[in-house]
Amino acid sequence: MYKIESKNVNLHYGTFHALKGINMSIEKNTVTALIGPSGCGKSTFLRLFNRMNDLIDGVKIEGECLIDGKDIYSKSIKIDELRKRVGMVFQKPNPFPKTIFENVAYGLRVNGITHKNFIEERVEICLKQAALWDEVKDKLKKSAMALSGGQQQRLCIARALAIEPSVLLMDEPASALDPISTAKIEELIYQLKELYTIIIVTHNMQQAGRVSDSTAFFYLGELVEFDSTKKIFTNPSEVRTQNYITGRFG
Amino acid sequence: MQIKAAFDDAAFINLIKPLHLSVIKKIINKTIEGLLMLSSTITTLTVLLIVLFLFKEGLSVFKESPLEGENVIVLSNQNKITHLSSIDIKKIFDQETTNWKLIGGANDSILLFTINDLSNYFSEEELGPNFEFLPQKMDSLIEANPGMIAIFSKKYLDKNHKSKIASIDNISPKSFLLGKEWFPTASPAVQLGVLPLILGTLYVSIVAILIALPIGLATAIYIAEVANPRIRAIYKPVIELLAGIPSVVYGFFGLIVIVPLIQKIFDLPVGETGLAGAIILAIMALPTIITVTEDALRNTPRSMKEASLALGATQWQTIYKVVIPYSASGISAAAILGIGRAIGETMAVLMVTGNAAVMPHSLLEPLRTIPATIAAELGEAPANGIHYKALFGLGCILFIITMFINIWVEAISKKRIKH
Repeated sequence: MYKIESKNVNLHYGTFHALKGINMSIEKNTVTALIGPSGCGKSTFLRLFNRMNDLIDGVKIEGECLIDGKDIYSKSIKIDELRKRVGMVFQKPNPFPKTIFENVAYGLRVNGITHKNFIEERVEICLKQAALWDEVKDKLKKSAMALSGGQQQRLCIARALAIEPSVLLMDEPASALDPISTAKIEELIYQLKELYTIIIVTHNMQQAGRVSDSTAFFYLGELVEFDSTKKIFTNPSEVRTQNYITGRFG
Repeated sequence: MQIKAAFDDAAFINLIKPLHLSVIKKIINKTIEGLLMLSSTITTLTVLLIVLFLFKEGLSVFKESPLEGENVIVLSNQNKITHLSSIDIKKIFDQETTNWKLIGGANDSILLFTINDLSNYFSEEELGPNFEFLPQKMDSLIEANPGMIAIFSKKYLDKNHKSKIASIDNISPKSFLLGKEWFPTASPAVQLGVLPLILGTLYVSIVAILIALPIGLATAIYIAEVANPRIRAIYKPVIELLAGIPSVVYGFFGLIVIVPLIQKIFDLPVGETGLAGAIILAIMALPTIITVTEDALRNTPRSMKEASLALGATQWQTIYKVVIPYSASGISAAAILGIGRAIGETMAVLMVTGNAAVMPHSLLEPLRTIPATIAAELGEAPANGIHYKALFGLGCILFIITMFINIWVEAISKKRIKH
């Protein structure tokens, strides 16, 4: 069974047809990169899986989105329960204006966990997983806003990991960061693959090539090609994919 | 015709050298700049002049003696007392203080004497056909009675008087601010204690905010975060319309609806109470509080809310754990602006609070606020009299309170920007 599947998904923003009949199946513990020019629907597709699109007025979704074989848009699914299982990291680092500790603990607290030792333990584990622990262990009570952009983004990853999701969605997680921070995030993604199924939206071809196992190329709301990253970057079957990755448009 | 002429001019200008065009442009720009500067300068100067005028008039109350008219208070030289305060005079003439020892003199009962009592002491013949002996007679009468206190116009004072004139304190800032009696037309000495009015203002405003803030916050949260766009499109303009209703209409509504309601509910002799004022002010402060709070809530970055929701927080958890803390400074600014609105409000409060200038003990009694006092009494206060100046003094106090509120809001908003 695939970890994540979309079956003939169509999405409309009002009259705009943003996703056109997308079919995709993603294996457990893999990294999938979504690439394509701006406005091609890759972020919209990513946001299907934690139902973030629901927040936008006038969105209409058809088709099936399955995680672990269950339709996440069925009425029996509680949205907040779903979002606990599907973590998300956003394009711009968006820590809360709280302390570093409280940022990571937030997801636990909103889930009703009050056990102090457990929270402390989880915070430490997640900060270590996000490769941030050594840099912040002495200033957990300081405001997260004082961290650098790269540190903030790793904090956001730690925050997403705290509630132990099984899927991690990353929307251009390194686009606002410098090359060194970017390298750290990429290394992190590589390690996190062991525990999580990751989907990552990126504008950076090299990044997609470096971190992902398979790559999906979106164009004007269509899934043009979905295959192993190696195949996409060396021998794509579609001309449009070839043109895009070689930089002829987009 | 004119348009055509202008058009021709423009065409003409285009034909001549571009140099001229740039000179004309420069002149126009300079003129506009000058006009803008002029209008802002005039505005600033006007504000400064008003403040200056307010304080000049207001502070001059402290140069005034509380005795009305050209009166003097005269005592016998045998009396140890030489000095009387305004409140002493009031108590003596109200016959609350009847013995000199109560105010630090000898154990001797106080004997009041005013010009009306003349006939008790002298016959008309004794005073002479044109009252020419009056000053002399009064002088010796007072001098002979150590317990006597007399008040009369300066012109009846004997030029070679043996009795002494009691010195009377001018209105002091302390007695003005902390005095508990407000009788600006009392005779023989006016009482200008503004404490009951300051307290009345603060009580009503603070209770108004305590009522308005929870309701306003709830409404703002509903409109900003919960309501669907269609409901928001109806509610928002309606609430903003509340701000546009003239305050006299609120006052009328309060008088007709709220006052009788309070009288009935609490079984009071009168319904015109501080509580009625607070309720009306709460309704009037609501639009300010709701609008400012809603703006603050909506200013919470979408990314913050998304981050919270993506972590599995429910909408309510997101609102009270992220949105409200994020807009806390905006919400406090809203509360303070609401207080500012309430403190300065005049008409509606004047109509429903009962206007009793006494120390407020409970909100179920009539009380009086500073603006209501000024509005109600300025018309009957003789220009440049002590009462008139005291009202300006009240204006100064009100100005200082609202200025502090504005500075406070400014400080909070600055913090918000830094944030």
